[in-house]
Amino acid sequence: MKFYQKVMLSLGTASALVSPAVAQEAMTLDEKVNEAFAAFTGPFVNLIFAPFPGTSFPWIVMWLVVAATVFTIYFSFVQLKFFKHAISLVKGDYSDPNDAGEVSHFQALATALSGTVGLGNIAGVAVAVGIGGPGATFWMILAGLMGMASKFTECTLGVKYRNEYPDGTVSGGPMYYISKGFSELGLPGGKILAILFSIFCILGALGGGNMFQANQAHAQISGITGAYPGWITGVIFAAVVFIVIVGGVKSIARVTEKVVPFMGILYVGASLVIILMNYDQIGWAFGQIFSGAFSGLGVAGGMVGALIQGFKRAAFSNEAGVGSAAIAHSAVRTKEPITEGFVSLLEPFIDTVVICTMTALVITISGQLISDPATGLYVLDGAHIATVDGNTGVALTSAAFASAFSWFPYVLAVAVVLFAFSTMISWSYYGLKSWTYLFGEGQTSELVFKVIFCVFIVIGAAANLGPVIDFSDAAIFAMAVVNITALYFLMKVVKQELLSYVARLASGEIKKFTH
Amino acid sequence: MTSKIMIGLDGHGSGERALAYATKLAKVIGSCELVVVYVIEWSPYSFQTPEENAERHKRREEEISTAMDRVINPALASLKKAGFSAKGIVRHGHVADTLNDLSDEENAEQIVVGRSTESGLVKRFFGSSTANLVMHANVPVTVVG
Repeated sequence: MKFYQKVMLSLGTASALVSPAVAQEAMTLDEKVNEAFAAFTGPFVNLIFAPFPGTSFPWIVMWLVVAATVFTIYFSFVQLKFFKHAISLVKGDYSDPNDAGEVSHFQALATALSGTVGLGNIAGVAVAVGIGGPGATFWMILAGLMGMASKFTECTLGVKYRNEYPDGTVSGGPMYYISKGFSELGLPGGKILAILFSIFCILGALGGGNMFQANQAHAQISGITGAYPGWITGVIFAAVVFIVIVGGVKSIARVTEKVVPFMGILYVGASLVIILMNYDQIGWAFGQIFSGAFSGLGVAGGMVGALIQGFKRAAFSNEAGVGSAAIAHSAVRTKEPITEGFVSLLEPFIDTVVICTMTALVITISGQLISDPATGLYVLDGAHIATVDGNTGVALTSAAFASAFSWFPYVLAVAVVLFAFSTMISWSYYGLKSWTYLFGEGQTSELVFKVIFCVFIVIGAAANLGPVIDFSDAAIFAMAVVNITALYFLMKVVKQELLSYVARLASGEIKKFTH
Repeated sequence: MTSKIMIGLDGHGSGERALAYATKLAKVIGSCELVVVYVIEWSPYSFQTPEENAERHKRREEEISTAMDRVINPALASLKKAGFSAKGIVRHGHVADTLNDLSDEENAEQIVVGRSTESGLVKRFFGSSTANLVMHANVPVTVVG
């Protein structure tokens, strides 16, 4: 007996000694990747997120909000006035039957949405609420509503200035509207801005469109299977993406494109069920959101902290003002570029106002965030709000859903992997379009980009959340710096389109087709 | 007064039989105009990758010219040979709805189609195009077995 106990004890000690050593050895590669990555991207990240002197308010957040406000006012609340018209366009009420078989408004919107709806809605919101508290949700919704005007502006231009090649294919996006639009208006510097945008778009494709996705997909999978090195997930993801974008195995992409919308519906459905199951807490949750929005309820940075998190995550999730969606929307078949602008304003609405809010409500209602019952303020664990199991990011969302349905993390894992995959496919296309804009089209040039893209999947899966999320944000926001600068110069073109369209709609020149 | 008959082809044997029957019908009626239609099954509500969207216009042109070459033009040639005035249309869409819409646009008096070629699960879930057309058409429909 004693001997047995002794053996067990020594085995126990041995395993206790061995396991950290093994873990450390396994972590080394991940840690090395992480360290090198953080050091390399640090200066770029610091520049983009530099706060206004004497405050903790990053100038870039102000940049996006000011732009969204300017566009909202300049186009006199286009997102409210034309919301119904946008739905009518998506339904095909204004589509010419002779154009049947071309890319419809619905398809352009769905494709753009599959690039934006993704981990930003699941993991990004958890990051926002985890740091900024439920109050961040209020600012997120506000940013989503305002962002609709930015999206409207960029997507109208995307269609107006796209390139239509003799073989029938189309290419559009900020690099095209910046260079063509500027030269049409006789403005200098269009070419330089277009090149700058392309560079940042490539970085954004590698960051938010790739590394962040791989990183959070790994976090979700390892949350279920137990910890294992991130590069393994990375290599598997990279292999599948490689097969699709280099090998041209479109069937995988097609299957994903068809499954992802259903995953989105399932996700919103499950959120609604959880919210309705706790209907007595809906009032309380909104109370937390509103009071948190203006007081912070004890989060780091108070109200400003909640606001920054909300605005940041909204911008990262719906990409309004970033310019990426203009690439996806530009393939639509329409005689009126502005119609795609109207349709595109639904994108931040669905993405941020509907889906992100669902996630935020579920996290708030689930009680994962620990608050002090005496003061009603949230308890902090470093910069984060303390959570029941110490979860952050996608793991927090997963835990929140699991508190209602214990099996939901498995569904969420599948959803996360698919969302990550479809976002990567979309962004590989955005990145590629920028790459070919810079380096010209051609098989070798395209192959080089695609290989780089796959390598970054491995790096993203292996690195820690912190540096990856910082770089992803920085790269995507850098796109917005260039894009919004250009939008200020080009917005009068959109205004002309808007006025002309409204006049023709009123005169009956543009009318519904009877189907 | 001429009578206009629309014929729905599907690129299969049943479409051929519909064509043969319509020809016979036209001979009996006498002065007849024939419209031969091929519908490419397509939905504006499907999901596609950005790359597919960028190439869509090109693919559509290819699909239409393939349908013209393989289905419509041979049918038109045989009709013209038999002395009929005929025209051909290729359009994307839901088969039953598109045939019905086109019969309105063309002022066709009747539609002749072959019996359904769908089978198994597809038929169980979505019904057959022919059955849908018969149920919703604005003009008389003849189904050829």
